[in-house]
Amino acid sequence: MSQRLTPLWAGARDSLPMLVGAAPFGVIFGTLAIATGIPAWATLALSALVFAGSSQFVAVSLIGSGAALPVIWLTTFVVNLRHALYSATLLPYARHLPARWRWSLAFWLTDETFAVVEHRLRQQGNESDGAWYWLGSSLAMYGNWQLWTIIGVLLGQSVPGLADLGLDFAMVATFAAIVAPQLKKRPVLVAALLAGVVALLARELPFKLGLMLAALAGVAGGVLAERLATSSKPEMKETT
Amino acid sequence: MSLQLLLTIAGMVVVTYGIRLSFLVFGHKLSFPAWLSRALHYVPAAVLTALIVPMALAPQGAIDLSPGNAYLPGTLAAAAVALFSRHTLAAIVSGFVVYGLWRWLV
Repeated sequence: MSQRLTPLWAGARDSLPMLVGAAPFGVIFGTLAIATGIPAWATLALSALVFAGSSQFVAVSLIGSGAALPVIWLTTFVVNLRHALYSATLLPYARHLPARWRWSLAFWLTDETFAVVEHRLRQQGNESDGAWYWLGSSLAMYGNWQLWTIIGVLLGQSVPGLADLGLDFAMVATFAAIVAPQLKKRPVLVAALLAGVVALLARELPFKLGLMLAALAGVAGGVLAERLATSSKPEMKETT
Repeated sequence: MSLQLLLTIAGMVVVTYGIRLSFLVFGHKLSFPAWLSRALHYVPAAVLTALIVPMALAPQGAIDLSPGNAYLPGTLAAAAVALFSRHTLAAIVSGFVVYGLWRWLV
């Protein structure tokens, strides 16, 4: 038994910095959802069943502004599509596992668990206890996210009128703080600028369709800028 | 409202779980195109900026660059602190302080 508990514990322990990092976002998410008028059951269900922080934030914003269902689903798809990349990257380490393991580990796949598990498996190879390590990280992240969501929900319920205090600004501040450091890279800056301009111009479109339009324009702009940068400066490519 | 929310969440679960399952469960039938992984790189910045800009520049619907719009200085403060300190939480708190002070003073 301890041969399973040891890697399980190690996976959880190695995720500790990620647990600490996710905590404030769990609280902000729970509080914000309640302040937006989303009932507690739905807020908890988002964390328990979707379990994908950034898309949960985006969904709260979209639900609050009365977006159409397909727009919310499509945005969720776009925001979470990076997980397919993680799923593909980790497949070599999971191929030998029984189906019930792969179905379970897939459910708990997040940015954080991907970072921790991919690092460990790449360094130490695919030992027999790799799956338990992966599970340890997954369960720690999952329990952590539920706990801080609940605390956020309780906070939101105990302080009514948080929305009037400008809690809707918390979302803007959170997103701005996440995006700003990425803007140092030229193509990302292009993507953000294009997305911002299109979102502003298209903000009156029904069902928040402007968001999809802006996201597409931004991504296309970023890819194009990257291509232009690498083709015009081939000598830069070698140094970076 | 309740049914609408239930459908919202159910759809999000299907979409998100489907993406995560893709390669881990159906990997032998799939391949990940290189252009898509490059495009994915720009999704967070594009989506988040698309959400931020209308909220910061037009919180009431119409573009508002007047001093009465506290969202703008607050957002700029959060972005600036994040850019220079790389400390997300400090940036959020700074944004909030500027936003709160602005609303109180202006």
